[in-house]
Order: sequence, then C-alpha cells, then structure tokens
Amino acid sequence: MTGVLVIVEHDRGAIALATFEAIAAARSLGESVQAITIGASADPLVDQLGAHGVSSVVQAHHGLLNDYGPEAWGETVVQLIAQYKPTAVLATGTDRGNEVMAHIAAALDAPMVANCTAITPDPEAGAAWNIVRTRWGGSLLERCQLRAEVKLLTTAHHAFLVGEAPTAITAEVFAPQLDPVLGRTVVTERVERAAGVTLATAPVVVGGGRGVGSPEGFAPLQELAELLGGVVGCSRAVTNNGWRNHTDQVGQTGTRIAPDVYFACGISGAIQHWVGAMASKKIVAINTDPEANMVTKADYAVIGDLHQVVPAISAEIRRRRSTRV
Amino acid sequence: MRVLVCVKRVPAPGARINITADGQAVDTAFLGFTMSPHEECAVEEAVQLIERHGGESTVLTLGPAEADEQLRYAASLGVSKAVLLPIPADAVGGVDWDPQRTAASIAAAIADLEAAEGAFDIILFGNESADSGGFQVAIRVARSLGRPVVNGIKGIEVTELDGAPSVRARREADSGVEVYALAMPVVLGVKEGINLPRYPTLKGRLASKKVDVAQVVPVGAPGGQTMQTLLPSAEQVTATTILGHGPDAAAAVVDLLEELGVLK
Ligand SMILES: Cc1cc2nc3c(=O)[nH]c(=O)nc-3n(C[C@H](O)[C@H](O)[C@H](O)COP(=O)(O)OP(=O)(O)OC[C@H]3O[C@@H](n4cnc5c(N)ncnc54)[C@H](O)[C@@H]3O)c2cc1C
Ligand SMILES: Nc1ncnc2c1ncn2[C@@H]1O[C@H](COP(=O)(O)O)[C@@H](O)[C@H]1O
Repeated sequence: MTGVLVIVEHDRGAIALATFEAIAAARSLGESVQAITIGASADPLVDQLGAHGVSSVVQAHHGLLNDYGPEAWGETVVQLIAQYKPTAVLATGTDRGNEVMAHIAAALDAPMVANCTAITPDPEAGAAWNIVRTRWGGSLLERCQLRAEVKLLTTAHHAFLVGEAPTAITAEVFAPQLDPVLGRTVVTERVERAAGVTLATAPVVVGGGRGVGSPEGFAPLQELAELLGGVVGCSRAVTNNGWRNHTDQVGQTGTRIAPDVYFACGISGAIQHWVGAMASKKIVAINTDPEANMVTKADYAVIGDLHQVVPAISAEIRRRRSTRV
Repeated sequence: MRVLVCVKRVPAPGARINITADGQAVDTAFLGFTMSPHEECAVEEAVQLIERHGGESTVLTLGPAEADEQLRYAASLGVSKAVLLPIPADAVGGVDWDPQRTAASIAAAIADLEAAEGAFDIILFGNESADSGGFQVAIRVARSLGRPVVNGIKGIEVTELDGAPSVRARREADSGVEVYALAMPVVLGVKEGINLPRYPTLKGRLASKKVDVAQVVPVGAPGGQTMQTLLPSAEQVTATTILGHGPDAAAAVVDLLEELGVLK
C-alpha cells in the first residue's frame, strides 16, 4: 500500500492523547492514514480514531500483547510493515512511542527520527525527506534529511495541532506471529498510582529552586500550592542537593508542566529548566535578582526574597477568603 | 558482576544555547562540558551495583579526544576502567555521528571487549542523550547483542528469576510503576532520579588521573539520518510585568490570580 501508519499509544485500552498529535502529523503528509492498535484492550478505540481522520485500523491480537512490552509491540509493527509496506510509520514522541519505534528501527536496520516538529515528504522514489526535529529537549531544533525505504518518525510534544476530521473507518484483526521469548520484556507487575493531581496535570505549580535554601524552606511553597489546589515543583539544583524527590523536578530531564500558573521561586531559569516550564500559560517569577533569566522571560515577576514573598501571598489569599462570605 | 556504562560528552549551556555561524554546532566558546543527568545517574548506578555485588565497572564513550574528561569524571566516582572510541574533533556538538553509526560502533566495541574480558552482566545507558536525544542508541546496541532492553528505568534490583541471575527493573508511567523481570545479561536505559549521584572526592579525582583509557577504533557506517543545520527554537518574547518588590507585592499577585480565575 501507500499510506501512512500510525502506532496508537495506549495503556491497557486508555489512549494517550499524544496519539492524536501523531495522527495530525500523519494527515499532513497527504496520504491515507491507517492506524494499528496493539492488544485487544484497544479495540474500542476505533471510533475515536475515525473521528480524527484515520480511515482504517488494524487491531493486533496476541496473548503477548495484553500488557505493554516493547519487544512484542515492536515486532508486531515490523510484521505489519512487511505486509502493508507503508511510506512512513509515525508514533508519539513519548517514552513508549520512542521506545517501540527504536525497536522497529533496530529490527529493520533503518534510521529513526525522534521528536519531529515538521515533516516535508518528497514523493519521488528514493528521495530524502526534509525533517525538523528537537534537540536538547526542545531548546534547539535540527533540520535533517532522512533516506530510508520506510520513514520511521516520532512526533515532538505538542508540535502538531490536533483536529477532528470525521472519517468512515474500517477495522480488521491482525494476528502477528510472536516468538514466546519476546515475553521477556512484557510488564510483569504494576503499582497503580493513586488518582489525583500530578505535576504534569496540575492547574497551579509552585516551583522552588536553589534560592529556597533547604528542604524545610519548601513548607511555605507547599502551603501556597495547597491553597490553590496545585502541587510543588523544583529545579535540578534542588533534587541534586537531595532537598526534594526527582519526581518533583521540572525540565529537560524531569517533568514537562503546563499549568495555568507557574510560580518560579528562587529559580534562575536555565534553558534546561525553562524547556520544561515554557508551556505554562502564565509564569510568575519570584527572585531577588531582577536580571535572572527566569525574571526576564516570565510574564510577571516579584523582585524580592521568596521567604518573605511566598508567605505574604498565602496570607493575602487567606485574608480575602475569610472576608468573602 | 561486570557492569558497563555508556556516556556522551555534551556542552553545558546555561541561560541559552547559541549556535555557531555555520549552523553546524552549539557555540561552546564560553561553555564547559558534561554528560546528561540520566547518564550521571547511570554511572552512579554502576558504582553502586559493584559496591553491593562486587566485580568491576567500565565506562565507554564515543566522542572527541576531549571526552577523556567525562571518562575520568566517571572514574573519579569509582568506575575502574575506561574506553574511548575516538571520532574527529570537529564532531563536537555539531555534526556528531548519527544514531545508527554511533550504535553500530558501540555494539562492535562491546563485542570486542567481551571477547577479551568476558560478558557484561548489565550494560547501562542514559534514557536519552542530552544534546541529540535520539532515544535509540541503547535499544540498537541491545538488539545487535541479542539482549533484552528496557528504557526509562528508575529502579534496579539484582535478584534471581527461575534460579538464574536477573534484575527487577522499575519504570514510572502515568498510571503508576511498571515492573520488568529481566534475565541477565541485560541492557537498561536509566532515568535521572534512580539515585542521587555522589560528588567526586579528592582521592577519587587523583585516582582517576591514573586510569588507563583504552582506545577502540569505531567501525560504524553512516546511517540514513543526516543533519543539515541547527536552528534556534521559536521562542515567544514577552515583556515581564513587575508586580512589585518584596512582600508588599502580595496584593498585586492575588489580584492577578483572581483575574486569571485560579483563585476559587
Ligand atoms: C543536560 C542537562 C539537563 C538538565 N535538566 C534539568 C532539568 O530537567 N531541570 C532543571 O531545573 N535543571 C536542569 N539542568 C540544570 C540547569 O542547567 C541548572 O543548573 C538548574 O536548573 C539550576 O537550578 P536553580 O535555578 O534552582 O539554581 P541557580 O541557577 O543557582 O539559581 C538560583 C536562583 O535563586 C535566586 N535566589 C537566591 N536566593 C533567593 C531568595 N532568597 N529569594 C528569591 N530568589 C533567590 C537567585 O537569584 C538565582 O536566580 C540540566 C542541565 C543539563 C546540562
Ligand atoms: N557518543 C556516545 N558515546 C557513548 N554513549 C552514547 C553516545 N551517544 C549516545 N550514547 C548512549 O546512548 C544513550 C541514548 O542516546 P540517544 O539515542 O542519542 O538518545 C545515551 O544516554 C548514552 O548512554
């Protein structure tokens, strides 16, 4: 076939929203878009895929596909590629998407371009495609050329605009032949996370950096976060000092956040921190240094000692709440 | 136990990343060099595995001669052996080797090292390199060695599986923690947060100067992804509104929160 294949990322049937970005990227290539869902738990996703412009879905069923396993998922797609010969295969630039694609690329000994932000196909056989991709977690871009029989691409976080495009979709079941040895990398056990606000989804994040000075120094930040229904975040200087757990770290090697408001307290705004915070709708920097990068890049700033400013904000919130009856 | 850890030398930018005039590299005129935080944690994990289980650790890099600095940094933390796959010096930061070429070179070097000294029980990588971030070198290397590999690992416990040496590897996903039970020899890509890397001691630093760095000629052929040029990331420049100075600014901050609708 010609056409583009999208690997649907899901966790035991729950779709990862980034999949719709990969579908949007696939549609921009101007060919028909086919999707593969891996594991029977994902069969019910067919309607959501049709709503976003997918015209056919292949539903891979096998006993080794009941939970996530990078080798089994990769081999499943490799077998489908052999059968359908798509022009390109797209996946999400997430932990799983990049991991599965790397297995496919290694199996085919083909190049893989991770975290693309723009894809310019060339319909001529054998011609290179022009691609722009992220480096440094998105702080820098790279234009590259890709030469391969099948183009293996993953899409960078939020690089392609999701849009509905209701399409009549057909579904067929696909039964890959999987060597039992591929079961060696399937998830064997899980510890489910308690439901609740996470750093990645919180509406407000109160972030602290080296300027907080100590683990105890985070108490007022925690208090402000709780008043606003948010969570505490931090910089790498903080995790490196052992003041907070790495699960709180915002940035290139931490979590990407996108709250309505991000308070950056005592954080200088190094590029690797900024890249994790820049999707915040509004940023309020609190810093003693008016020249700090975080201050000059933020929407709003308070110049001052965070140890005085943060408690004052909490006190003001409480004051207004108590007078509002 | 034998553990190998692979690291990549990269520049350490601060407030911004500047590109050279020819667009081929990060301007490193005023920058130091480092490795990804994920790789720093992989090095720490290698040292801890040997402390706990005995044996020997090795650090490997493919890079310019100057990558000696990152090898010796790992040695200063307790890694006992170092291997450099040298590539031409103009490759720093810019036209670095593509992922296929890098992986093929590293896989061939590992096969050589193992033929000479015995297999590595655990080979550690970073989750992704700090600069190019291709998310693939570890997986390509593992597959060419025929070993299981899982990326994104934030916990490693050495144990037994059906009587054979194995690891329980933990990874964080949106839904919680995933556990993988993997027989050794195994390849793991680790994420920052798996441990808290130590700082080098003076003694460690002195010892690292004496470590012999073995050289292996990289043999990988160029792959199908070719870098053309680096581009600055589109960035919105917003003027900063100063809400005030010190605690007196609190009222203005709370006014803003009300205006934004986050104060319920
Ligand atoms: C490959 C790579 C990946 C990285 N990934 C990340 C990442 O994911 N996340 C991350 O955060 N970093 C990351 N870093 C590290 C990053 O480069 C910076 O070192 C780090 O973000 C600095 O943290 P900081 O702003 O808290 O500390 P500093 O840079 O030391 O800044 C402290 C700030 O606090 C201010 N301050 C001090 N006292 C007060 C006070 N009393 N009140 C108010 N303000 C005060 C100072 O003016 C200063 O601006 C990475 C680095 C590399 C090389
Ligand atoms: N030049 C290199 N030398 C040694 N290890 C490397 C090199 N490039 C990548 N790696 C390793 O492979 C991991 C993944 O790299 P990447 O596929 O570029 O994201 C890195 O975190 C390193 O552990």
